[in-house]
Amino acid sequence: MGTGTGIGRVRGLGSAKQGAHHWLAQRYTAVGNLLLVLWLLFSLLSLPGLDYESVVNWIANPFVAVPMMLMLVSIFYHLRLGMQTMLEDYVHDKGLSFFSVLLLNFYAIGGAAAGIFAIAKIAFTGIVK
Amino acid sequence: MARTTSRPLSPHLTIWKWGPHMAVSIIHRVTGNGLATVGALGLLWWLMAAAIGPDAYALFVRCATSPIGYLIMIGLSWFFFQHLCSGLRHFVLDIGAGYELKANKSWSIATFIVALLLTGFMWLYIFGKAL
Repeated sequence: MGTGTGIGRVRGLGSAKQGAHHWLAQRYTAVGNLLLVLWLLFSLLSLPGLDYESVVNWIANPFVAVPMMLMLVSIFYHLRLGMQTMLEDYVHDKGLSFFSVLLLNFYAIGGAAAGIFAIAKIAFTGIVK
Repeated sequence: MARTTSRPLSPHLTIWKWGPHMAVSIIHRVTGNGLATVGALGLLWWLMAAAIGPDAYALFVRCATSPIGYLIMIGLSWFFFQHLCSGLRHFVLDIGAGYELKANKSWSIATFIVALLLTGFMWLYIFGKAL
């Protein structure tokens, strides 16, 4: 399978040039999640209230909306990679495995888009009467 | 099945016992996939409800603050802290450290203890503030 030495392939020096991409992206997004989800958690705990108006006013702030959008990208990228590994390990049928990874990609990209759209709508239109 | 009785049987698929290292690895996967499905969909529901309007948001709050809602939120927060702690353990293993039997075992146990403590403190803080 493949050409070159084992270490060369691991470093991404094989013909595909991306040997360790999945593994590294999983780590990069893990650091993103670590920082951004903890930020969300501490922010929610320190908000005076979690009612509709306080939450919408808080998200509408650009310094909240932008990190929240980045958090959605990081979360959905990370979960796509993680769930892909799970599916590759447990779904043995080739066709079913392909189909489940296809659905996973729809879920991950669609979920991130939906979340980012929701934040954009809150940021641009504010409180809905 | 014929086998040479003078040869050792181990490793064998049916001879093993649970250890903290094994549990932390399996739990990492379970919590990750739980957060990826229930956690991510819950987050999207919250954001979408806030984007749609007060009625949709009120419905979200009603569901989230029902007994089942609290159970799911407490479970998700424990999943999050457990995945965070075992994820940090993975970073240590990634740099090639912590593979000694004793160190590996104690760090595995530590992830469970720290995750439970963090979950407990967070909810004590939330319920304490509500009182």
